Amino acid sequence: MKNEYDVIVIGAGVVGCMVARWLARYQINILVIEKEADIGMGASSANSAIVHAGYDPVPGTLKAEMNVTANPMWDTLAGELNFGFDRRGDYVVAVNNGELLDLEKLLQQAQKNGVPGMHIITSAEMKHREPKINPDTTGALWAPTGGICDPFQVTIAAAENAIENGATFLLETAFQDFILDGKKIIGIKTNHGDFKSRWVVNAAGIHSDEVMHKAGVRPEFKIQARRGEYLILDRAELTINNVLFPVPSEKGKGILVTATLHGNTIVGPNANVLPDKEDRSVSRDGMDELQQGAARLVPSLNLRSTIALFSGMRAYGNAPSENPGVKYNSDFIIEIPKSVKGLVNLGGIESPGLTAAPAIAQRVVDLMKDAGEKFVDRKVWCPIRPARPHFREMNQEEQIKLVKKDPRYGRIICRCENVTEGEIIAEMHAPIPARTYDAIKRRTWLGTGRCLGGFDMPRVVDILAKEMKVSPLEITKKGGSSQFLTGITKIQEGN
Amino acid sequence: MEEQVKVICITCPKGCTLNVTRNGDAILKVEGSGCKRGAEYVEAETHDPRRMVATTVRVQGSMHPLLPVYTAKPFPKPRIKELLSEIRGIQLKAPIKMGDVVLKDALGTGVDVIASRDMLVKA
Amino acid sequence: MTLKSIYDVVVIGSGPGGLAAAITAKKNGAEDVLIIERDVELGGILLQCIHNGFGVEIFKQDLPGPSYAQRFINDALSLGVEVVTDTMVLDITPQRRIFATGKSSGVLDIQARAIVLAMGCREKTRAQVRLPGTRPAGVYTAGTAQRWVNVEGFMPGKKFTILGSGDIGMIMARRLTFEGAKVERVLEVMPFLTGLMRNYVQCLLDYDIQLQLSHTVNRIIGKDRVEAIESVQVDNKWNPIPGTEEIIPCDTLLLSVGLIPENELSKKAGVRIDPLTNGPFVDNHFETNVPGIFAAGNVVHVYDLVDWVTEAGFASGKSAAEFALREKAKEIRHIPLKAGENVRYIVPHTLDKESLAEGDIRLQMRVKVPVEDPVWVEARNGDKLISRKLERYVRPGEMVTFVLAQKTYDEVKNASAITMSVIKK
Repeated sequence: MKNEYDVIVIGAGVVGCMVARWLARYQINILVIEKEADIGMGASSANSAIVHAGYDPVPGTLKAEMNVTANPMWDTLAGELNFGFDRRGDYVVAVNNGELLDLEKLLQQAQKNGVPGMHIITSAEMKHREPKINPDTTGALWAPTGGICDPFQVTIAAAENAIENGATFLLETAFQDFILDGKKIIGIKTNHGDFKSRWVVNAAGIHSDEVMHKAGVRPEFKIQARRGEYLILDRAELTINNVLFPVPSEKGKGILVTATLHGNTIVGPNANVLPDKEDRSVSRDGMDELQQGAARLVPSLNLRSTIALFSGMRAYGNAPSENPGVKYNSDFIIEIPKSVKGLVNLGGIESPGLTAAPAIAQRVVDLMKDAGEKFVDRKVWCPIRPARPHFREMNQEEQIKLVKKDPRYGRIICRCENVTEGEIIAEMHAPIPARTYDAIKRRTWLGTGRCLGGFDMPRVVDILAKEMKVSPLEITKKGGSSQFLTGITKIQEGN
Repeated sequence: MEEQVKVICITCPKGCTLNVTRNGDAILKVEGSGCKRGAEYVEAETHDPRRMVATTVRVQGSMHPLLPVYTAKPFPKPRIKELLSEIRGIQLKAPIKMGDVVLKDALGTGVDVIASRDMLVKA
Repeated sequence: MTLKSIYDVVVIGSGPGGLAAAITAKKNGAEDVLIIERDVELGGILLQCIHNGFGVEIFKQDLPGPSYAQRFINDALSLGVEVVTDTMVLDITPQRRIFATGKSSGVLDIQARAIVLAMGCREKTRAQVRLPGTRPAGVYTAGTAQRWVNVEGFMPGKKFTILGSGDIGMIMARRLTFEGAKVERVLEVMPFLTGLMRNYVQCLLDYDIQLQLSHTVNRIIGKDRVEAIESVQVDNKWNPIPGTEEIIPCDTLLLSVGLIPENELSKKAGVRIDPLTNGPFVDNHFETNVPGIFAAGNVVHVYDLVDWVTEAGFASGKSAAEFALREKAKEIRHIPLKAGENVRYIVPHTLDKESLAEGDIRLQMRVKVPVEDPVWVEARNGDKLISRKLERYVRPGEMVTFVLAQKTYDEVKNASAITMSVIKK
């Protein structure tokens, strides 16, 4: 295994993968390291999946600039990387007259940020567009450039395209420290040895403060983990086709009720700071908050049709905006610090981080160019990442052809979402191979239906074991010590 | 010394709660049973408690690694642990037919352990 | 194996409901009966229910699940019921067209004269009861654990907490104890036992497993794998009572919190579902609101005894066969009108033979090429002439009318098709 690269990216979330994809256009050797057993296991796979229009960030902040720059990039990106994306627009819904004034303010902010096409619609029009909306609605702000995506697909598509163009990814590889030569970064230390490089990109999400502190950068910068809890509702019980926001508060954008590309409805997130950055639990109080938040927008929502609960951690940082005259204290950090050479420092990338990812990636390249890096185009750069076939999305003719070619595509493993054995095996042999149950779940959407894996779990464990040629006892839910099974029936300690 | 205890009868799904008056091991009175099997159950449960036991046995050469088996008749409750231990040591080979005796006269109790289903040889 | 493109009765699911329906369908005149089963073998959920308690009413015996199933499997196969396994039904239309897919069967497109839905139930999950806490490995429904332990041969844990005092939970408590695991606690949110008393005795009391009524899981603890369950007592409104929390160290949480009839396919076929049972509305023939679609077993509502599921299966299979035979009779009455020489098309396309008994039937057709000489317009049953008429000429632009007279009924009623031709005289 090589241990010398031009650029090392710390963190394979959507931002790290997008940076790698942008850099892979050039003739440089890229390594992306990720401490978990799979890419995108942090905020990248636990968010509202929204591509924001850009009216929410405070004008003049880096958040606003990156959001508004990135938003129009998504159509081309979705076409090149073949992930799910739908620019269906979003609504900020007012439920009393006071909130109507807030909508006006938000519209002005949108115009300052340069967001096109927004206007306020009447309550009658809002009810027409979303019949299930709170009947007390007084009107809504309509943002036609908002959209929804499949955030894990975005992450993996960017990663696979980077790999296609020469990048290397190492999983279960955790950053420990920088290797410095005076004030110059010449490499990093990890739990799997040392790696040399001229550049290191800090894309470590929730842990980006800890990483930059190891280089003595911004000692006053602190990330607080802000947990957002979510519920997913059974699409057989309820279908909301729109993206609905409440009027925002100081805490953030608030609890949304929104459609997902898979046809479900998501409620969330709330926002609570937690001391433990790795605490991904879901709380009873949290679910009560979600119930109340949902009722503001869609009073008829019945949480009894919940089919999944999850939470994600946001990297809520305390960096003030670099723009003098802008009063905002948790802006993005996207910089090449002067105090040390060779670091591209990304910090506090919370919402609109997913939306901004392609613009952040472009900015990283621009900053490196400004710092003197001579980028030479790769002779053959392939921007296209082809999608893998999904049985459930094909018509009957396509299905027959596919099953004839490979009968494993004829065997349904997840009956709620119609995911086949062929798709599971394809993900196990993809550029970033899926090796755990959750990795398969993120890639195929298996196990997310109303039976929550009850049917597919033993079958997936069996397939993973046979394909990896290991005992089913070794198969894990999410790496580490999360094995499903503890022993073989009939062979155990005496009782 | 006479005492009153409550016993749940398990003969049928009704599960009547029986009021049993007993003196040591001697059953004096059984009240609250929905049928005559209640009193019979209390007698049996006091002097010779038995249960149907179902478990699995390792089998080779078939599509599954385990064959479900069960005691053809109720088995003495105090010796169930021993029975399970004995069964654990058995290794069978397909084909098996439903009803085949897997362990004859288990632990000398006169109760056979038999196969619950057919197990064909893997094609 | 070559499957037919049309079956009299297709049964979806080979648990006790499906097997019984297939058997009586055959016994009541349905010739072509097919069972589509998504697992690798027949028997449904009974294959993993290795404990006794089945067949007390029907066989007057106390059998384990697989034995109960085996009897009906043997009956069905000896009656000539066709079977396709490892195959999942993807869609059913109200017109009873079935789309399914399997590794060895490939993509299937089958027409059924009658369908019996026998898909059984799925289990309620942690999301549906909204259990707070982390999402480690080691949280399983009792049925998934049962499959692992009894069929696949793996233990899903060493120390268990079970939520729910339903029968599946209690049965698993005993089963896991048999296999050397420790069941720490059974929690039940209701103030009463939700399963059978006899199971409380022979699964929990017999093995000194503690049951706590009016208790539930307050949260799940553990990062990669379950490390403990925090239990809590609840009041009569099922709200947790603060101060009653207890940490129960364990590595697995088993959920036995309810069954839901599995009606995703039924809904696709337009079957109306009762929100109270979560199963289809059915009449005493077990027919749903969609003609020819019947439902039997736990897919309708959760039964207490498998013997009653079998009875329901028997009844629905018989009704399904009767429906199928009526459909078949109707089909035989309908014969195609085929375009023979110099005929481009005929309307109507099919003929209900019985209508001819009541009166003449007028056919209209167009020719392919004009003939300016006299021609015979003929109706034939194979080679046999039924009737004909003379036309002085025929042209594609002028429709040709032909009356099939009532008196030809005797000849037509035995025909399987009528061919119309236009021949030069």
